[in-house]
Amino acid sequence: MIDKTRLSLIALASCLLATPVLAQSVNLYTTREPALLNPALEAFTKDTGIKVNAVFLKDGLQERIKAEGANSPADVMLVVDVGEINAAVDAGITQPVKSALVDKTVPAQLRGAQDNWVTLTKRGRVVVVSKERVKQDAITYEDLADPKWKGKFCIRAGQHPYNNAFFAAYLTHHGAEKTEAYLKALKANTARKPGGGDRDVARDILSGQCDIALINTYYIGLMSTATNEQKGWFEAIKPLKTTFANGGTHVNVSAAAIAKHAPNKDNAVKLIEYMLSEKAQVLYGDGNFEFPVNADVKESAIVKLIGTVTPDKVALTDIAKNRKAAADLVDKAGFDN
Amino acid sequence: MRRPPRLWRPSSRFVWASIAGSGLVALPVLALGLTALSPAATSIWPHLVANVIPDALANTAMLLVGVGLLCSLIGVGTAWLVTQYEFPGRRAFEWLLVLPLAIPTYLTAYIYVEFLGFQGPLQTALRALTGYRSLRDYWFPDPRNLAGAIFVMGIVLYPYVYLSVRALFGLQSATIVESARTLGAARGALFWRIGLPMARPALVAGLTLALLETLNDIGATEYLGVRSLTLSIYTTWLNRGSLAGAAQISCVMLVLVVVLIATEARLRGERRFTLSVRQPRAVGRRRLSGRAALATSAICALPLLFGALLPMGFLLQEVLTRGLLQQFDMALLRNLWNALLLSAGAALIVVALGLGIVAAGRLGRETWLPALARIASLGYALPGTVLALGLLVPLAAFDNLVADTVSALFGVNPGLILIGSGAALVIAYVVRFLSIAISGIQSGLARISPRIDDAARALGSSSGEVLRQVHWPLARPAIAAAALLVFVDCLKELPATLLLRPLNVDTLATIVYGHASRGMFEDGALAALLIVIAGLYPAIILARAGGTKR
Repeated sequence: MIDKTRLSLIALASCLLATPVLAQSVNLYTTREPALLNPALEAFTKDTGIKVNAVFLKDGLQERIKAEGANSPADVMLVVDVGEINAAVDAGITQPVKSALVDKTVPAQLRGAQDNWVTLTKRGRVVVVSKERVKQDAITYEDLADPKWKGKFCIRAGQHPYNNAFFAAYLTHHGAEKTEAYLKALKANTARKPGGGDRDVARDILSGQCDIALINTYYIGLMSTATNEQKGWFEAIKPLKTTFANGGTHVNVSAAAIAKHAPNKDNAVKLIEYMLSEKAQVLYGDGNFEFPVNADVKESAIVKLIGTVTPDKVALTDIAKNRKAAADLVDKAGFDN
Repeated sequence: MRRPPRLWRPSSRFVWASIAGSGLVALPVLALGLTALSPAATSIWPHLVANVIPDALANTAMLLVGVGLLCSLIGVGTAWLVTQYEFPGRRAFEWLLVLPLAIPTYLTAYIYVEFLGFQGPLQTALRALTGYRSLRDYWFPDPRNLAGAIFVMGIVLYPYVYLSVRALFGLQSATIVESARTLGAARGALFWRIGLPMARPALVAGLTLALLETLNDIGATEYLGVRSLTLSIYTTWLNRGSLAGAAQISCVMLVLVVVLIATEARLRGERRFTLSVRQPRAVGRRRLSGRAALATSAICALPLLFGALLPMGFLLQEVLTRGLLQQFDMALLRNLWNALLLSAGAALIVVALGLGIVAAGRLGRETWLPALARIASLGYALPGTVLALGLLVPLAAFDNLVADTVSALFGVNPGLILIGSGAALVIAYVVRFLSIAISGIQSGLARISPRIDDAARALGSSSGEVLRQVHWPLARPAIAAAALLVFVDCLKELPATLLLRPLNVDTLATIVYGHASRGMFEDGALAALLIVIAGLYPAIILARAGGTKR
């Protein structure tokens, strides 16, 4: 049995986890993996003297900030999906980012209503095919439903946020009925049950299990620099110029917002401005093979790899709005069964 | 069997432990219930019932049945072998067989997908031998389906059954077994007619833990493409933006679990098996030789090979070939320290609370004391993220109350004291894993006849003395095993750790997950190995400390 003294020792010991917060600091809640962010954050601290205290969360970032309420230490939140950042705005846990520099750098359609969020980088969701077995250079998303791909198409779970956003975009283009038919046709084309991660589809192309697949653009970049067997996955695939029949490439964003009760609001603005600077866009965007949002960054690594991508015209906020309906259609079509 | 009347009450400390433990667990469950009833909830059920639930239910049922069978087969089988027979390596197997539990389930899933994958050693060798070039030329088993999920979950989770059942087989009263042998029962009959029926409560206890973990898993099942009920909670919450709907599904699942467990308990009735009042003698193990001995060693080696050696070998190979040892720096040590500190603290509190709760339920006259024990066990019946979300609201409310009060009184804002200090994590671990301790300690104490308690009481002992002088020595192996399980589970715990940890704090599990979630789980191999080693060390200590002494 442990007595009170020991209990309080444990309590004391658990306090040892808490790191003292420096006077000049900014607190970051992020669903972006730390390894992808650290180079830019370290440069920020070096250039400004402001320390970044970060916590990497996955699902539930919004719920946590909401629950923490007025005493929440959160200054900046950084998430990787337009639906998620919109949900944060709807939950009332953000405040407008007031910065002339931000307004100048980021086009209005890549910012939330009342500047409640700001895009930092963009990523496309594109088709890759077997370099060996498929001879074409461009494709439309609609063409993926063509029966000629029967038993050749690979994709991760239809309910994964990346696909959810893509299907929401399709829904915005074509309406519910056509989207349901599309989902059923896609499902009929699958070579295996939808599942795994985005990189897995490249491996499955290498193994011959499938010929054609959907993948986020930065994974192509990350695999191209891999030093292990993933290099082989990269070499087996070829990215196609992928667009909607009457539009551009489906694009999602990584975005930042300032927390409503941010205790270090000025530093929060500084961090977001810094993340949009050319230097950070190269460190953060290029390091991860994402498309920079700052137009001054020329020749980004991902463009060198897969060419330029023309983003689809569908508004990001419409995609966010259609997510629930898209999720329902995925269920209805039995996509993940 | 009617509970005999007690002449004294349990020490108030035990009662308080019961109230504290069950109250703590009730917090998130109540918060969840409130969320489910929230007026904002629109009905998700027509859609779910039409399109999701039938499949999800069928998948979940098949997953549970499969994992249950596999866990029982491996867990009971190996436990019987190591307690009844003497064969080469038996002593090592006795504790090595626990090892698979130290590897997070989703990692084992990733590893098997790699291992059996196109570039894995098996397929590569096959191609080299046959000259085949791609999967179009040959067929190879793919773990990304229900069968794969059953295999992975079963091979990782069988130790729950093994530990629980082994403790019981190990202490089976020699008198019963020897009587049976005198009456001419063969070893096989001993197993089916005595060993297994007596082990049923322990099997149920271990199986309950394994199946609840399966039911609530999200990482491995999602990666392997199994559309489970828990996955539908996630999609309802995240894709449909309906936390209330997710809470409703969780509540329905919780009720189902409670009903299933209660039904089993009712079917089992009041049958209980206890050791004789006299000092129980252990049964002698039969020495095997020749082929039988080798075969027995081989059988015990199989689950170990697939559950621990192969995944660990894979991780070790990644560490060495990818030069991950250079990750071994101050930051990693700090994460290791965080993980050890949080897990050890939580394990101590969990076992202390668990002892109090079980003792109060056993010694107390009040019928509500065992009911409190049941409430305190609910934490494990919820998916980790749901539990953490449920805890978030009351803990943050408490933190805000303290922060506002302190700043009103003293003009200084202390910040969020529970969430900001990591105390919230320890609370979350306690809530989530209390049932592991309760079930382990209960099955440890269940073997001690209540008549021993009565004798001690007649001799004038207080309830605290009974616990210290009678229960503790007899149930120590079970209590230590429960502590170990909780410690290892805390080390691997991911959903609550991710959601509730303070700024700048990471544990081994969050580091591993950080790598995995950007599609590079191999980069987390070193941290994953550290989890295994950190869990291994206490397991060895435990095994040496007496679990094996006869």
